[in-house]
Amino acid sequence: MLTRTSRLVSGARRLDPGRLLHAGSQAPQSLAAPLDNQAPDDSPRAVSRTSEKDPARHGEQHEGLHYNIPLQDMRTLFPHSLPPRFSMQVKTFSEACLMVRKPALELLHYLKNTNFAHPAVRYVLYGEKGTGKTLSLCHVIHFCAKQDWLILHVPDAHLWVKSCRSLLPSTYNKQRLDQPAEASIWLKNFKTTNERFLSQIKVQEKYVWNKRESTEKGSPLGEVVEQGIMRVKNATDAVGVVLRELKGQSSLGGFRLLVAVDGVNALWGKTTLKREDKSLVAPEELALVHNLRKMVKNDWHGGTIVLTLSQTGSLFKPRKAYLPQELLGKEGFDALDPFIPILVSNYSPKEFESCIQYYLENSWLQHEKAHTEEGKKELLFLSNANPGQLERLCAHL
Amino acid sequence: MAAPCVFWGTAVSYRLFLGGRVSLALRQGVWKAAAAELQILRLRHTTGVTAKKNVAALKRETYTVDFIKKQIEEFNIGKRHLANMMGEDPETFTQEDIDRAIAYLFPSGLFEKQARPIMKHPEQIFPKQRAIQWGEDGRPFHFLFYTGKQSYYSLMHEAYGKLLDVEKRQNQLQAKGLFSEKTKTKDLIGSRWLIKEELEEMLVEKLSDQDYAQFIRLLERLLTVECSAEEEEFVQRFRRSVTVQSRKQLIEPLQYDGQGMAFSTSEGKRKSAKAEAIVYEHGSGRIKVNGIDYLLYFPVTQDREQLMFPFHFLDRLGKHDVTCTVSGGGRSSQAGAIRLAMAKALCSFVTEEEVEWMRQAGLLTADPRVRERKKPGQEGARRKFTWKKR
Repeated sequence: MLTRTSRLVSGARRLDPGRLLHAGSQAPQSLAAPLDNQAPDDSPRAVSRTSEKDPARHGEQHEGLHYNIPLQDMRTLFPHSLPPRFSMQVKTFSEACLMVRKPALELLHYLKNTNFAHPAVRYVLYGEKGTGKTLSLCHVIHFCAKQDWLILHVPDAHLWVKSCRSLLPSTYNKQRLDQPAEASIWLKNFKTTNERFLSQIKVQEKYVWNKRESTEKGSPLGEVVEQGIMRVKNATDAVGVVLRELKGQSSLGGFRLLVAVDGVNALWGKTTLKREDKSLVAPEELALVHNLRKMVKNDWHGGTIVLTLSQTGSLFKPRKAYLPQELLGKEGFDALDPFIPILVSNYSPKEFESCIQYYLENSWLQHEKAHTEEGKKELLFLSNANPGQLERLCAHL
Repeated sequence: MAAPCVFWGTAVSYRLFLGGRVSLALRQGVWKAAAAELQILRLRHTTGVTAKKNVAALKRETYTVDFIKKQIEEFNIGKRHLANMMGEDPETFTQEDIDRAIAYLFPSGLFEKQARPIMKHPEQIFPKQRAIQWGEDGRPFHFLFYTGKQSYYSLMHEAYGKLLDVEKRQNQLQAKGLFSEKTKTKDLIGSRWLIKEELEEMLVEKLSDQDYAQFIRLLERLLTVECSAEEEEFVQRFRRSVTVQSRKQLIEPLQYDGQGMAFSTSEGKRKSAKAEAIVYEHGSGRIKVNGIDYLLYFPVTQDREQLMFPFHFLDRLGKHDVTCTVSGGGRSSQAGAIRLAMAKALCSFVTEEEVEWMRQAGLLTADPRVRERKKPGQEGARRKFTWKKR
């Protein structure tokens, strides 16, 4: 009975967001207020959702509650880049709900108060495995997208330093190596995310790709991206060009740039790639990594850099390492210094309750003991309030 | 086939007896008095059905009284020598001291405890044997000899006699009007009747199940009526005490640390993993293993479920903080060792009844399973080599 009534309530709320979506982003402000007033009334029933769509308005009172991201936004913002388990959950529930948590709120607060005249500030999200760093990053990206920033999102830097099929010597610089496959994928996703900026931004220099093709000065950035997608051999160079242009032009103030990199410790670790003569490749010899390192340096202004450390995909790092010092190594730490570290920890009791409630509402927990107090205590013990572990446990129930 | 053999057997035995009569003559006098009681004396030959081959019966060990006596003297002298060797007082040298001394002087690595060197009183080593049941003239001593189970029937006779006495006394009291009801059941708790094997051993005689049941019924009937002290004593001879298992569980004392928080420590083992756990009384359910959070130390859910078991059983999931150290073994045996240590430590925070429940649930028993040795001629402990027909 409890689940049915709670589902009815959330069903009612779901209808309203649908209407709000069509009405545009202005309308929610007036309609959100009465709906939000409903939320405190339901608190005895352990509410897990909020109807506040805009991350800009997420505040302390929304902590622990899930908010819905419309699927349209999902496709534009995150065409490739969600963690696999989360994207499976999105597909199953046919909705994408993120929990509003303290680290993300803190970061949003900083972002709202950034001074764009100063050099870009670096924020590093770190924490133990499975605590929610990547999803916090997604929350921040959603916020920036709503605020109309240009988003440079690298979903997982670890993918660039391992299991690469094709390594070509770079056309631009003989000592470096190209990765055409990864670069072209990234360019495609970049295009999907930032469609409208590509025609606005104009290239500052002339770039010659090969004997027949070149990009003139003043042509839109979209052309460079197209070039990279079509001519896969030049994809890596196209990426380098894009990064350089964006860095140069963000200082001018035409747009705000968000650089979001997940798994940034890959840039300073080791690779598992080998050349034909079986010698190991160092990360700086990869053109993509080299350009990204330049991007992450804070010698430009007009935007921010948000980074996430990740042990899951990292190479040659112990399982229990999660501190920046351990995962980045001395080189990486020095390169990223100074930065603002933000710790992402396990769920607080309130957040845990909210998560369980969310699963119950979506009828994800089928075990008869799942909604009882003892069941919740068991889950709490077994997962120790770790979001990743909890998700894996609930998948069995 | 059987009948002539028996006949021949008895004839032979009679002849044997005649042959041995002279040597026995001196001892007959002593034995006549003693034979009425059930003494542990040597067997000369068997009565009743003998084996087909008398050779086998002859070969059975016969210990003469002399032999047993000599053994007892040797044992006592040896005991005194042993006490001197160990530097202890020969007068107060008990059997436990003897066992310890022998284990010290003759250390043995044999797994079978009964194969190790022992030094015990000859009465415990040499098996009990029946006395000679009849005298020189062939007349048996006991009046119930020809029943075949003389000791059993004499016991029944005695018990029934006592019952009749008690009833007669009760009738007399009732007639006088001094009869008073009194029930006593306290003697029965914590003790049990002798089992059939024990009774057989006591009577040195084979019994059947029905005989045994009959005897126990008679004794119980004796208990229902009010009896005097000597009858009580008679019945108590046939009862053995039973220790309650759960009282053997050690409960660790509580200790108090600097802040006044109560905690309790205990150890646990599983395969080759040893763990020590400190359980604090008030906490929020955090567990630290070797200084690392248990979620990181045991990434597998199964291990964490093992840790959850004691708390979940007692419904105290989020109420205690635990710090433990563990070494040795593998992932699963470390989890089992910590579980045992935590359960034992929790005993001190919990009522006796719950301790008994935990014991019955198997939380307080150390798992005795160890890796079985690989045997030669086999591929593993049980697996044999592939059998090839040719």
